[in-house]
Amino acid sequence: MAVEGSSAAPTAPAERHAIGISIGNSNSSIAITVDDKAEVIANEDGDRQIPAILSYVDGEEYTGQQAKQQLIRNSANTVAYFRDFLGQDFKSIDPTHCHASAHPHEHESTIAFTIQDKEGDEKSTVTISEIATRQLRRLKQSASDYSGKEVNSAVITVPTNFSEKQKDALNKAAAAAGIEVLQFINEPIAALLAYDSRPETKVGDKNVVVVDLGGTRSDVTVIASRGGMYTILATAHDYEFAGVHLDKVLQDHFSKEFIKWNSIDPREDARSLAKLKLESEAAKRALSIGTNASFSVESLAEGIDFTSTINRLRYETIARKVFEGFNRLVEGVVKKAGLDVLDIDEVILSGGTSHTPKIAKNFQAIFPESTTVLAPSTTPTAINPSELSARGAALQASLIQEYESEDIEQSTHPAVTTVKHLSNAIGVLSISGDETKGVFNPVLSAETAVPARRTVHVAVPKEGGDVLIKIVEGGSHIKVTKVEPKQNGKKSDDEDDSSDEEDSDEEPEEQREKVWKIGNVLAEAAVKDTKKGGKVEVMINVAADLSVTITAREVGAKGGVRGNLSAP
Amino acid sequence: MATHTQVNLPLPLLPEGWAGEKDFKAIGKLSAATQRSIEAVGPHFLAHARRARHKRTFSEDDRIQAQENAKKVEDDDSGEISEPEDPMMLSRDAKDWKQQDHYAVLGLSKYRYKATEEQIKRAHRKKVLRHHPDKKAAAGSTEDDSFFKCIQKATEVLLDPVKRRQFDSVDEGADVEPPTKKQIKDGKFYKAWSAVFKAEGRFSRVQPVPKFGDEKSTKEDVENFYNFFYNFDSWRSFEYQDEDVPDDNENRDQKRHMERKNNNARKKKKVEDTARLRQLVDDVLAGDERIKKFRQEANASKNKKRLDKEAAEKKAKDDAEAAKAAAAQAAKEAEEKAKADREQGKKAKEAAKAAVKKNRRVMKGSVKDANYFVDGAAPAAAIDAVLNDVELVQGNIDADETAALAAKLNGLKIAGEIKNVWSEEVKRLVTAGKIKEADIKALLKIDGGGVF
Ligand SMILES: Nc1ncnc2c1ncn2[C@@H]1O[C@H](COP(=O)(O)OP(=O)(O)OP(=O)(O)O)[C@@H](O)[C@H]1O
Ligand SMILES: [Mg+2]
Repeated sequence: MAVEGSSAAPTAPAERHAIGISIGNSNSSIAITVDDKAEVIANEDGDRQIPAILSYVDGEEYTGQQAKQQLIRNSANTVAYFRDFLGQDFKSIDPTHCHASAHPHEHESTIAFTIQDKEGDEKSTVTISEIATRQLRRLKQSASDYSGKEVNSAVITVPTNFSEKQKDALNKAAAAAGIEVLQFINEPIAALLAYDSRPETKVGDKNVVVVDLGGTRSDVTVIASRGGMYTILATAHDYEFAGVHLDKVLQDHFSKEFIKWNSIDPREDARSLAKLKLESEAAKRALSIGTNASFSVESLAEGIDFTSTINRLRYETIARKVFEGFNRLVEGVVKKAGLDVLDIDEVILSGGTSHTPKIAKNFQAIFPESTTVLAPSTTPTAINPSELSARGAALQASLIQEYESEDIEQSTHPAVTTVKHLSNAIGVLSISGDETKGVFNPVLSAETAVPARRTVHVAVPKEGGDVLIKIVEGGSHIKVTKVEPKQNGKKSDDEDDSSDEEDSDEEPEEQREKVWKIGNVLAEAAVKDTKKGGKVEVMINVAADLSVTITAREVGAKGGVRGNLSAP
Repeated sequence: MATHTQVNLPLPLLPEGWAGEKDFKAIGKLSAATQRSIEAVGPHFLAHARRARHKRTFSEDDRIQAQENAKKVEDDDSGEISEPEDPMMLSRDAKDWKQQDHYAVLGLSKYRYKATEEQIKRAHRKKVLRHHPDKKAAAGSTEDDSFFKCIQKATEVLLDPVKRRQFDSVDEGADVEPPTKKQIKDGKFYKAWSAVFKAEGRFSRVQPVPKFGDEKSTKEDVENFYNFFYNFDSWRSFEYQDEDVPDDNENRDQKRHMERKNNNARKKKKVEDTARLRQLVDDVLAGDERIKKFRQEANASKNKKRLDKEAAEKKAKDDAEAAKAAAAQAAKEAEEKAKADREQGKKAKEAAKAAVKKNRRVMKGSVKDANYFVDGAAPAAAIDAVLNDVELVQGNIDADETAALAAKLNGLKIAGEIKNVWSEEVKRLVTAGKIKEADIKALLKIDGGGVF
């Protein structure tokens, strides 16, 4: 993930002014860290989500919201949805979303757009790299204007499946815009860092799912977070269910309504379609906040104005297929990580589409109650999902900007980042009612990067005395118990045309719980003469070579036991 | 990183006799670990990096080696979906999408109902990359975008779980024909039917579906298989083959008529499909050698059971008879013995009686020999008195005492000695309280009679 330093002349740490940049196919954002707090900067239009679009009118360059409006009248000279093209062959790009703007084409083994970007009639061929540079230059300008100091370096977020070639291309494009990329970091990790950097967050062990629902893609990542260190366990990328597909649902809805009155399909004319799209997206956003949205387009098709409204319930009904696509994507990646929904402690909703209340609600239903779903509609203190990526980048930028480039390169080297992770949890046994059976209490979780050290305090029996510390490995599995369904007198509707599959009610309800299974015994130790009501502190320390040191002592007492297990 | 978890369930007490050097016993070692990449992000990572580097510098070789060791979490986009595209298919008109093979359009003919959602998405993306009309236009081609529409339609159907089931219900490409007689003759019975039922199993609401198995399958597995397929719970439905219902509002009767027709057709097809599967199971069952084998085994075991039972019965009978005979024998012997005993007893009694008689004769003889303890001819009164005493004594002693007394008297000829024996006996009996002194008339008056 380190940057090949050659193309951007490294700036000396003292001269750096670093920001965080999130650049998507749909939107970009910029953020800075002030006093350990990251904040997203608004551009000159007052937007924090800056549409990643460039548009040229009479040689003048527009970006952001202004460029987006050009999709109606000036689509041929407007470049949009290009981020994923960076560093790719023409053969391997999906041009779908560029259909209503400048089309990408092959040009000297790279990708380019042919647009009229200067005054006069002459068209020029602008490579993808140059487009990215122009976009980044605008972002840099906005950030510099805001802080009154020239921004010259940045941490930039990328999707987890961004190849080295793509990062390379982005790095070069940034360098050309006068931005030294200190580090590329993964978008979901940036989102997690944004949450974990809040002062109230306790450092601990948790499994996190980051669901990044953007405009043209949805990316889900399962992360093992162990003592503030992050390891990606599984990822999934989806281009079939994302924000634009929700826009499409509304487009089709309003088109049908328009057809009903006017017998004209507004989707058949490019300009009408562009208007329809923009207004659909606006209505969609409005439905994230209110329970009603109005839809109003002047001269939608053939000079006919169109005004309508939609309520949230209706929207949620017609968008159900897309929402269910998100659900399946999330469930699938948890499974892919070898985990169960019961193993997930936190779900972070990131990306613009994550504002949608119904989506967060659906996730709450998928995961158990003990899982925190961090989205604006489910958690009042949630961070704006559109800002997570940029904030994380800004936080990381503030952490590393004082290091020499060489130092950053070496610290992020795979030789440093590739480490052993525990396959099983390690814990200590205690007893419950049944004296013969031990209860596993995890001390170190599976997928913890080593070296690692954790401590627990375990109660002693009522009367104190000599106690046994038994250290074992543990695995968890899911125990399913069938609970007879409550007969709710629901009549089963006519089998044949029940496209609404409500019959899940009839199945016996399953109660699922996570149970520990005691595995491999590692060591036993004795702590003698403990006092009534006392506690024993057990510390397990796993070294990088998987050798283990165990210490146990009564809390508040002198001495204690200490022993070693050699590396396997 | 100081996580201080509290555990409230208590530690176990140290078992009796537990011993460890310095109170510690190493028992096992950690399981093998997984190499993974940690994200180079956040303050805790920076601390890790400082420790891990410790003034060391890593080379390009280190990079390659470390990257090779780390477990990959991003899937390779290449692979799997690489079917050649049939030119006929490429020239399809998207208007008859109902007739199109959606899996073939996406290059997933090999996978069909087994294709995962992720595979479908990837296949779609691959096809879009190749066939997007904007790309073709950019390359100067003026081909129409008909096949691209086919791709979009295929994806729409396959990514919608409801529509996909409807299509999978009638996807002939996934059907597997039952084997021909020749195939069966060629020894393909198990292989061919396995494939057939694996394909049929795709319609089962209950998963997993039991396998057909082979000649080595257990009776239980085979029975399980047939039970499953004779009670098959299928989700298969036939709306995909509906005739189009007119979409306009004018022809409402026509519309209702079509809907009814479609509904009836669906039901009919469903019934036929159930019958078809049943026939299929009947057919395979009829030719299934395992069933014959199990029947023979069952018969053999039934026969064996019968024989065993008979043998057992016979044995029981024999045993009973033997027992009876033995009992009779024992009874007989016992009776004989009793009889012998009885006879023996009688003889002894007689002998004893005889002995008593004899002894009594000896006794009476002794007093007679002693001339009734008088000199000269004994007067009748004296004889009477002596014999009275003798009889009194005799009446109060048992056979043994009689014998003892007789033995003492036997051979004695001298009157004094005889008298001594008698008077001792009388004294003994008087002392024992068996006779009263007063009743004795002659035999006790040793001093009185002046006999000596
Ligand atoms: N309040 C909102 N409610 C619902 N949807 C929203 C809201 N705000 C933004 N969106 C949608 O979020 C999407 C953009 O998400 P985001 O800004 O994360 O995009 P991105 O990461 O640049 O996109 P891409 O996935 O194309 O790379 C758009 O479809 C937009 O309509
Ligand atoms: Mg995004």
